[in-house]
Amino acid sequence: MLYRDALNLALDHAMEQDPRVLLLGEDVGFYGGNYKVTDGLYVKYGPKRVIDTPIAENSIVGTAIGMAMMGLRPVAEIMTANFAMLAMDQVVNQMAKLRYMSGGKIFLPLVVRMPQGVAKQLAAQHSQSLEHLFASVPGLYVFCASDSTSAYHGLLYAIKLDDPVIFLEHVLLYGVDFPLENSKDFNPFQARVLKEGKDITVVSYLKMVHDVLKACQWLEEEGLYCEVIDLVSLRPIDFETIYSSVKKTKRLVVVYEAPKSFGLGAEVSARVCEELFYFLDAPPLRIAGGEVPIPYNRRLELLAIPTPERIYSQILSWSKSHGL
Amino acid sequence: MSQTLAEKFYYLMKLGRELEVRCKEEYLKGNISGFLHLAIGEEAVHVGAVIGFGKGDLFCPYREHVLALARGIEAKYIMAELFGKVTGVSKGKGGSMHLYEPKMDFYGGNAIVAAHLPHAVGAAYARKLMGEKAGVLAIFGDGATNSGTFFESINMASLWEVPVLFLCENNQYAIGTHISRSSALKDLYLKARDYMPSVQVDGMDVFVVYEAVVKAKEYIEEYGKPYFIEALTYRFEGHSMADKGDYRSPREIESFKRRDPIKLLVDKSLQMGWLTEEQIRLMDQKIEKVIEEAVEFALNSPEPSEGELYTDLYCGVCSDVIP
Repeated sequence: MLYRDALNLALDHAMEQDPRVLLLGEDVGFYGGNYKVTDGLYVKYGPKRVIDTPIAENSIVGTAIGMAMMGLRPVAEIMTANFAMLAMDQVVNQMAKLRYMSGGKIFLPLVVRMPQGVAKQLAAQHSQSLEHLFASVPGLYVFCASDSTSAYHGLLYAIKLDDPVIFLEHVLLYGVDFPLENSKDFNPFQARVLKEGKDITVVSYLKMVHDVLKACQWLEEEGLYCEVIDLVSLRPIDFETIYSSVKKTKRLVVVYEAPKSFGLGAEVSARVCEELFYFLDAPPLRIAGGEVPIPYNRRLELLAIPTPERIYSQILSWSKSHGL
Repeated sequence: MSQTLAEKFYYLMKLGRELEVRCKEEYLKGNISGFLHLAIGEEAVHVGAVIGFGKGDLFCPYREHVLALARGIEAKYIMAELFGKVTGVSKGKGGSMHLYEPKMDFYGGNAIVAAHLPHAVGAAYARKLMGEKAGVLAIFGDGATNSGTFFESINMASLWEVPVLFLCENNQYAIGTHISRSSALKDLYLKARDYMPSVQVDGMDVFVVYEAVVKAKEYIEEYGKPYFIEALTYRFEGHSMADKGDYRSPREIESFKRRDPIKLLVDKSLQMGWLTEEQIRLMDQKIEKVIEEAVEFALNSPEPSEGELYTDLYCGVCSDVIP
C-alpha cells in the first residue's frame, strides 16, 4: 500500500471509529491535501470535520489546541515542516506546555502532521529536516513514519493518545509502495529492528532508513553485517533497543538527513557514550546532511544529504580504520 | 435586578482590588515571585465581562486574577498558586499567569500575547459542533491587536462563524509603549468592524461593560457568530511588579484615578439606592476575612514534593479513547 494511502486509511479509520476526530489544515478538504493524504475524506465526512483553513499556521495549531481542550481530537496538517516555523509559538509555548502548566488539568489529544525532508529541487525553504527542533521540547511526543506500516499504525496510535504528538512524514515516501503489516500491537515508543546484524548498529529514521538498508546490503558483500534500527519515536527515544544492539555489535552509526550538528546523531551517540563507553570498539559515526541550506541545483542538492553510496563508503572506511 | 448586580459587582471588584493589593505586599515580602501583573484599575472590565457573559468558556491573558475570581475560583486557591504551593489551582506549576480550572470553563491565563485567541476560536468551533450555544469569551489587551495571531483569529472566527466574544481591554499601553506608537488605528474596535459587529465602550463603568457584554452574548448565542468589544480602561499600576509605570505622567494617572471603577460603582449605587453604606461596610469586612484566610491557606500549604517535577507532563492514554 502506498505510504500516502496508509496515512489516509489511518485518518479514515480514526474518523469512522470516533466522531470526535476531525481534520484541519490548508487544502486538506475540498482539494484533497497538497500531498493527497486526506483525499476523499472531505466528501465522506463533510466540511465540518475536514476543515479547510486559511494560510495561518500558528492559528491552525492554535485552533486545534482549542478544539482539543474541549474534548475533540483534531489532527492538524501543516503543509510542510518548513511552514511549521510559523506555528512554533503554538507548538512550543502552547501545546507542549499547557498540560504541565495547568498541573495536569488540561488534556490535549492533538496530532500535528507534517512532511519534511529533501524532495527534488524544491530549494532551501521547502527542503528542511527539522525534527531536532521538535524533539528537543519536553511535553511533545515526536513520531516518524518510515513506511506504510509505521504510517498507518503510528498515526492511529498518535490519534488515540491523550497527549500532543508531532507526526513527521517524509515528502519522498508518499508515492512509495510498502507492505502494510497487520501489527495490532504496534507500539511507536518501541524502535523497530528492521534487520539484524552482528557487526555494526545503524540507527536511522524516516526516509534515510531505506538508504541505510540499501547501503547495508552492499556492506554485506564486504562481509560487514549491520543491525538497522528505525526510530519510530524521536521523543522519547527508545534507548533500550539501541543499547542492547550496541552491546552486541560494539559499534554505532547514526544516519539522518538534517545537518549533522545539534541533531539526533549527537543525542544518540552521546547517550551511547555515556552508558556504554567501555563496550565500544570505535567512536560513534554520524552520517548526516551538510551544514548548509539545501541548494536548488540537483548536483549540489545530492551533495548536501546522505545517499546510499555515501552511507556505504563512509561506513566502510570508518569500519576499516577501526579494525573491522 | 440592579441592586443584586451592584452588590455582586462591588463584592467581586473590591475583592479583586484587595486581593491584588495584598499580592503586592506578599510579593515585596518574598512570598510571591516571578512576574505579577496587577489589574488594579481594570476591575470593571473583568467583572462586568465575566458576569455579563455568564455560562461559557473563558480564555484570558496573563492579567487574570480578577477574571478567575469573577468566574468563581476561590481566592485561596489563587493565592496558593501565586505562593507556588501544591494546593494552588495549577499545583504551583503555573504561577500568576497560568491559572486553570477547566471544571469552571476557565482556560487560563496565557503568557504569550494573543496566543489564546486561536484557542478561543477552536473552542468555539468545538462547542458549536457539539451543539452547545454558550460560546467563548476571549479577553486580551490593546497590544494583542497588533499581532498576526489576532488578525488570523478574527478572520477564522468570522469565516467559520463561531461564537466568540472578543473583548479587548484597552489600557493604552503595551508595557511602556503607548498605542499611538504601536497601532496605526487609534480606535481598536475598527480593526474588527469589517469582520463582525464591533463596538467601543467605557471600561471604567461596570454597568456599561456588563450591558455591552450581555448584548454581545445574546448576539453570539442567537447567530452563533463572533462579536467584538473594545473596553477603554487604564491600569493604575505598572505593567508588572518589575515596572513602575513612570513613563506616564502623574497627571495622566491622576485623571484616570478620578474615574476609579470601584469609586464610580459606589457613587452610582449609593445615588441610585442600589447599595447602602452599611452593605458596603459588611462586604468590606467579609472581603478582609476572605483575603486573610487566603493568605493563611497559602502560607500553610505545602510545597510540591520533588516527585511532582515530572508529573503532569504526559498522561499517555488517560481519558476515554477510541475503542
